[in-house]
Amino acid sequence: MNFSVVVSQFWPLLINGLALGFIYVLISLGYTMVYGVLRLINFANSEIFMVGTFATVIVSRNFFGFNQNTDPLHGFKLIYTLGACLVASMLMSGVTAVLVEIVAYRRLRAKGTNRLASLISAIGVSIILQEGVRILTNSIPYSNPRLLKKVYVVHAGPIELRNDTILVIVFAAILFFLVDRFVSKTLLGKAIRAVSMSEETSKLMGINLNRVISATFLIGGMMTGAAAFLYETVYENTKYNVGFSIGLAAFTAAVLGGIGNLRGAFYGGLALGLLEEFAAAILGTQWKAVTVFLVLVLVLLFKPNGLFGEAVQQTRV
Amino acid sequence: MINLRDFGAEKWEKWNRPKRTTFVVILLALVTLLPFAGDYSFSNFLNTPISSYQAVLVYPVGMFVLMALGLNIVVGKSGLLDLGYVAFFAIGAYTAAILGTKTHLNIWEILPIGMGLAMISGVLLGLPTLRLRGDYLAIVTLGFGEIVRIVAVNNRSTGGPNGIANVPNPPSILGVRFALDNMQGFFWIILVMILLVIWMVRRLSVRRPGRAWEAIRQDEDVAMLMGVPTLRYKIWAFSIGAAIGGAAGVIFASKSMYVAPDMFSFNVSVLILSCVVFGGMGNIWGVILGGTILAYLPERIRFISNARQLVFGLALVIIMNVRPDGLLPRKKREKIHKAGEATTNV
Repeated sequence: MNFSVVVSQFWPLLINGLALGFIYVLISLGYTMVYGVLRLINFANSEIFMVGTFATVIVSRNFFGFNQNTDPLHGFKLIYTLGACLVASMLMSGVTAVLVEIVAYRRLRAKGTNRLASLISAIGVSIILQEGVRILTNSIPYSNPRLLKKVYVVHAGPIELRNDTILVIVFAAILFFLVDRFVSKTLLGKAIRAVSMSEETSKLMGINLNRVISATFLIGGMMTGAAAFLYETVYENTKYNVGFSIGLAAFTAAVLGGIGNLRGAFYGGLALGLLEEFAAAILGTQWKAVTVFLVLVLVLLFKPNGLFGEAVQQTRV
Repeated sequence: MINLRDFGAEKWEKWNRPKRTTFVVILLALVTLLPFAGDYSFSNFLNTPISSYQAVLVYPVGMFVLMALGLNIVVGKSGLLDLGYVAFFAIGAYTAAILGTKTHLNIWEILPIGMGLAMISGVLLGLPTLRLRGDYLAIVTLGFGEIVRIVAVNNRSTGGPNGIANVPNPPSILGVRFALDNMQGFFWIILVMILLVIWMVRRLSVRRPGRAWEAIRQDEDVAMLMGVPTLRYKIWAFSIGAAIGGAAGVIFASKSMYVAPDMFSFNVSVLILSCVVFGGMGNIWGVILGGTILAYLPERIRFISNARQLVFGLALVIIMNVRPDGLLPRKKREKIHKAGEATTNV
């Protein structure tokens, strides 16, 4: 226990927590959107994140040929390279998410089997992804070359902002805003909301259910992929099991904000990022996962519908 | 598709009592003698290339079947998805390791303590989560399994990442010695435990708890409307499963004389779940078959052992998509009715 850290390191902890929180926001979109339409937890989302981190690393290392000794890039080349990594990671994660839906959920949904079967097959797909990557990489951690030189760009009293932190916060906020607009304004977004309200009725209204569900997985996957890219710019490291603890944290964030609720995921993600960062400073990093888990259990115990969500117990299908 | 389960059930139905007794006795005798099968030329195809055959029979085969039977009560009977079953196994194993090295209790005295602790942790975990829908239980148990491991790594009393060595072997009973060089003893004790669990599950299935679990599995809301105290029975299922996992953990710790956090990773939970799902959720014989196949084959066939997790993942997806009831599916309700009409003395 070390509470003095909270006072002396307040601003850095706050900023790091916010950056981590914004990454969680994007990943928890993957959970919350899928939950909204299918009423099922997308167990493979943590692996979709993992695939995204590898896409970023592979593009910068193998496609552009950068390695640990490469000098950081500048100007147009930096934007172009980062952009390529981002697109690759979003595409890779999005496509994986759609494939996960086809392999794990679609057949079972058509058959109308019980929820347990879908859950188990989703876990199976998640194991296949994780183990496949483990065997391909020989369980070796991969590090991402530092493309963006990390410098402190803002000095305002005790507040010091690094450029990668700003990138994460600004970029994640923009993406979240876009998804939120997309879901509330466009036709497809309205279809997604309709399906999440009632599958049967939206079918009667002529909505192509499979298309809407695929689109939901695609968007959720792409957001998770973007989060993977941001994670790689900040933490620069990945491994086959990187998704496990992050996935659990992002899921907790989604539950905290009320699963199925986009704005809830936003506040939940931020709250959880801050909480994790402060808990790690006070208790030590090894207890981070334990704190997250305790938060999850406490939320489920006392406020199962989350801070902003619908009542979980009443949305039973 | 052929239904082996119904085929077997029909045969069983037609037999009279002496025939049934002979069958069970012969089967039991064969299983009891399994540890010696590797020594004779007509059965030595069972031998495993890497680890010793008798050790394989105890862990993974016997241990997995026992744990799969325990998990079957949770997943198969009452339809609750528990992804952290390894946590109870770990709690049992660490109880045996800590009490066995720090106190003078022997393993037989520790066994009920380990089961009790696993059961209590099952209740504590179940109370907040079993009120909610199944998916939440899945993810909370997933987290719990990992948390138990993290606590074991970071705690001084559990020996940290190095674990605890010199866990005592159980003292001998009825002349059967339990030691590293005498694995058949452990096999027999697990066999006895498996038989006890089978007996317990069969008894429970035809009584109130079994009916309540079946109702919960089929439709929880309807069960609740019909006056089934669903939460109470779900917690019962969860804690009975946990106790069996704890028992397996105690025996495991004293068999390998050593526990370390690495032994209790998420993989074990997945393995046990695959055994249940592969064999046939809810059907004891299916679960035993699934456990035996999935535990034994990777040891026997060398090239699977590296990619074993991958194979299990594939097994989960394929079984769920192609044959969601597993190799030996559970009895269907209609068939029970039919059997009830045909024979009056069921």
